[in-house]
Amino acid sequence: MAEVLSTKAVTKEANTAASSQTLTINGKSFTLDADPKMPILWALRDILGLTGTKYGCGAGLCGACTVHLDGQPVRACLTSLGQAQGKRLTTIEGLDNQKLKNAWVEHNVPQCGYCQAGQLMSAAALVAQHPKPSEEQINTAMSGNLCRCGTYPRIKAALQNYAKQEG
Amino acid sequence: MSTFTAVENVSRRDVLKLFGAVGGGLALGASGLTWSPMALAQDKEARLNLFIAIGEDNKVYLTCHRSEMGQGIRTGILQVLAEELEADWDKIVPIQGLADKRYASQNTDGSRSIRENYDRMRQMGAMARTMLEQAAAARWKVPVSEVHTAAHKVLHAKSGRSASFGELALAASEQPVPALESLKLKDVKDFKQIGASRQIVDMDAMLTGSAIYGYDIKLDGMLYASIMRPPVLGSDVASVDDTAARKVAGVVDVYRLPTPKGPPAFNQLGGVAVIATNTWSALEGRKALKVEWTTSPNSQHDSSLYLKELVERVQQSGKVVRQVGNELKNWPEADTLKAVYTVPYLIHSPMEPPVATAYVTAKGCEIWASTQTPQSTQQNVAAALGIEEDAVKVNVTLLGGGFGRKSKPDFSVEASLLSKQFKRPIKVSWSREDEIQNGYYHAISAQSYQALFDANNKPTALLARTGFPSISSTFAEGVEYPSGGELDLGFVDVPFALPHLRYEVVKAQAHSRIGWMRSVCNIQHGFSVGSFVDEMAHRAQVSCPDMWRSLLGDARRETFSDQQFKYGNYGEDLNRHPVDVSRYFGVIDAVEKAQAKAPKAGKNQGWGFAVHRSFVSYVAVAILVEVSEDKQVTVLKAIAAIDAGTVVNPDRVKSQTEGAIIFGLSLAMMGEITYKEGKVQQSNFHDYPLLRLPQTPDMEIIIIASDAPPAGVGEPGVPPVAPSLTNAIFAATGVRIRDLPVSKQLRI
Repeated sequence: MAEVLSTKAVTKEANTAASSQTLTINGKSFTLDADPKMPILWALRDILGLTGTKYGCGAGLCGACTVHLDGQPVRACLTSLGQAQGKRLTTIEGLDNQKLKNAWVEHNVPQCGYCQAGQLMSAAALVAQHPKPSEEQINTAMSGNLCRCGTYPRIKAALQNYAKQEG
Repeated sequence: MSTFTAVENVSRRDVLKLFGAVGGGLALGASGLTWSPMALAQDKEARLNLFIAIGEDNKVYLTCHRSEMGQGIRTGILQVLAEELEADWDKIVPIQGLADKRYASQNTDGSRSIRENYDRMRQMGAMARTMLEQAAAARWKVPVSEVHTAAHKVLHAKSGRSASFGELALAASEQPVPALESLKLKDVKDFKQIGASRQIVDMDAMLTGSAIYGYDIKLDGMLYASIMRPPVLGSDVASVDDTAARKVAGVVDVYRLPTPKGPPAFNQLGGVAVIATNTWSALEGRKALKVEWTTSPNSQHDSSLYLKELVERVQQSGKVVRQVGNELKNWPEADTLKAVYTVPYLIHSPMEPPVATAYVTAKGCEIWASTQTPQSTQQNVAAALGIEEDAVKVNVTLLGGGFGRKSKPDFSVEASLLSKQFKRPIKVSWSREDEIQNGYYHAISAQSYQALFDANNKPTALLARTGFPSISSTFAEGVEYPSGGELDLGFVDVPFALPHLRYEVVKAQAHSRIGWMRSVCNIQHGFSVGSFVDEMAHRAQVSCPDMWRSLLGDARRETFSDQQFKYGNYGEDLNRHPVDVSRYFGVIDAVEKAQAKAPKAGKNQGWGFAVHRSFVSYVAVAILVEVSEDKQVTVLKAIAAIDAGTVVNPDRVKSQTEGAIIFGLSLAMMGEITYKEGKVQQSNFHDYPLLRLPQTPDMEIIIIASDAPPAGVGEPGVPPVAPSLTNAIFAATGVRIRDLPVSKQLRI
C-alpha cells in the first residue's frame, strides 16, 4: 500500500516546483510532492521524518548520509529524488543486518553516534559483497565515512570480528 | 505527530506516568543560583531528589544534567548514581535534564563532568537509598539501622522481609531529606557500577537511527533557516539582492538579522537568513542570494603574514609570567638550544554542525539544541529576546559531537530571533561550510623555547615564550595578551625542576572569533614543549622519556607555592589535585614498558614520545611511524597511558583516549585554517580534511589503576599526540617538524 505524503500543506505558502515522486523506502512505497532535484537526504529527513540518515557535509565527503540504492551504497546528499525514482532505497531504519549491529554492540563502537548510521550502511554494503572482508577491503569500503569522535579502531575491530564469525 | 512530541519532555511524561500525578516534582522553578539538595524538599511523589525518581513499575529514572556528545556521560553519571542507590542496571531509565540552575553548572566542557559531579552523584544516590531505607523501616516498625539495601530492594535480615524500590518509592519520597554529613557512602571495594565497563545507554537508538540529535528536531509548522553570515568578523551587510532567492521553490522569506554590537561573545553574527519549508530549499535559496559586505578592521587579516609576525615576536622579550631562579642573559651560543614552533588556526568540525530550533510565543521561548551548555543558552536567548531567563526552556538533544563548539550558544540565539520574527518554530541548521567559515577558532600560535646546557650537557635553564590571540578577545575589546588562564594550559604549569625557568608572553591581537577546542591551549603548548624536550634529549643523547624524567626531577607534589605564581589548576584545589610528578612517571613508565613489547622501529621507521598533564590527568603517548622515500607518512602504532584517577567506565575512558589520538593526529597531520583578506579559505572536508579509517594506527590504551579523585578524560589525550608524532617523524627521518600541520612538509 502506498503511503501518500504531501508537503503541500507547507509548500502552498511558498513557491513550488513540486511534482509527484514515487519511492520505495525500506520496502514500503511512498509518493510525495517534491522537486525531483531535491536530494533524497532532505526528502527523507524533512518530509518523510526518517531522520536516521544524517547530514555531515552535503558534498559526498563524509559518508554520514550513506543509504543503499538497489543495494549499493550511495550518498543521499548527492542523490536526487529523480535519480531514486523506481529504485529500492534502504536507510538505517530499514537495515536488517542484526549480526553486523551485534558486532557494533560487542565493540561498543559509537561515541556520539551521529556518523554511525552512515558507517553501518557502508559496512552492511561491504559485508553483503564480501562476507569475510580483508583488512584492505575494510579500509577501502570505510574510507569514505568520517568519524570525528574517532571510532575507527572499533569499526575495524567490529568488521574483523564479523568476518571471523563468518567462519 | 511532530517528531519532537515523541522526544519532548521525556522526563515529564516518564515521571508523570509513574503515579499519574504532577506534584511539584517537575515544576522546575529555579530556586537559587547554587545547587542544593534541600531545594528539592518541596518535591513530592516518587522524586527523591533532583536526579532520582522511582516508579511503581520499579524502574529508576536517573537524570543526567550534562550533555552527551560521545564521551559517554549519560552512562557514566548514571553509573555513579546507581552505585550508591544499589539500583539494578537493567532497571534504569536515563532522563536528560533541561536547563535548570539547581543542577549547578551544566556546561559540558573542560573535561569536568565526572570530576565535578562524582562526589555529588554518590551523595544523591546515597540520599535516595537512605530515604528508601527510612521508608522501609517505618513500614516495618524497625530501627533504620536494621535494614539495608541490595539489588534494588530494601531488606530486613532479622525478619526476612524485603520490599522493592517500586513498592517503597512513594513513601520514601515523603521521608525527610537526610543531611549530607549523615550519608554513608559505599566502600570502594564494594563497587559494582563504578569501575565497570558499561555499554552506552543510547546504543540501540544509535544503531537503529532513532536517536534524536539537534538536527533531527521537527515541530509542527516549523520552518527551516539557512543563514549567510558575514565572511569577515566585524563586517556587515552592505546590500542584499534577494530577488532570485525568493524565487527558489520552497523559500518563504528572506530576513536580515540585526547587526551585532560589541565583542562577539555568544551573539549571533548578523547576516541574511533564508527561511524555507525544508532545509534544501533554504540552502538553495541562500545560494541565490547576492550580498555585498562592508569592510571591517579585520578585512586585511592574512594568517600567513600574521604567523610570521608572531614568530618574530616570540624571539624577542615579552612580559614575564613566571620565573624561577634568575634571569640569565647572554646565553653562549654553543651551549644553547633554540627552537620556534607554530600551530595554525583550527576548527572543531563535529560531524553534526551547530543546530538549534526555537519556538517563541507570548509565553516565552522553547529551545531544542545540540548544546553543551543549556544554561548559557537560556541566558543568552533570554537576553537576546529581552525576556526573563525562566521564560526560556532549553531541551538538550544528543549532540553529534561537540569538541567545544557547542558550548557557544550563538546558534540558539539565531534561532530564537528568527522564531520571534516569524512567530513559528524555526530550525537553524548550520551547513558544513558555515561551521568551517564562521566558527570560534582555536588560536593560531607561536612558541619559542631555549635551553642552556652545562659542561656535562645537562640542561640548567629554560626560557619559553608564547603568543596567540586570546579567547578573552571574544568577550572584551582591546585584549592584546593571552590570559593567565590560557597560560595555565600546559605552558607555565609543567613542573620542570631546573634551577632557572622563565616564561614570557608576547602581544597578539585577534582578527576572528577565538574559542576553545578540545584541550584548548594545551594543543600548542603540548606540541611545543613536547617537541622541545625531544630536541633536548637528542642534543643530550638520551631517550626522550629519560629527558622528561631528568627535567621533572624528584617525584614531588608541586604546588608552586613559593613562586609568586598562582596556578588555576583547571579549577581544582591543588591539595586534592596536585601537580604530581610521580604520576607523570607512572604514565611514562607504562608507555615505555608497552613500547618495549611492541615492534622495534624498522627501516624508515621511528618511535616518538611525549607526555602531558592537562585537566588534572596525565597522558603519555608513544607513536611509531614510517616515512617512505617519497615522503609518505604512515602512522603504524600508537600507545597511550592515561592516569585520570578513579575511573567510572573504563571502556569509555579507553574510547575517549582512542578518539583523542585520532583528534590529535587529524590536527597534527592535516589540520589548518588559513585567512586571506579576513576570510577563512577552507570550506568543507576536501580542504579541511580529517583522519580517515585507513590512516588510523593500531592502538594500545593503558589505564593506570588509581584511587585518586576522578580527573578529566575527554581532552587530556589530545595534547601529547602531535609532538609524539613529529618526534617519531624526526626519529624516522631526521626531519624536525616545528610547524604544523605535517602535510605542509610531508605527504600524509
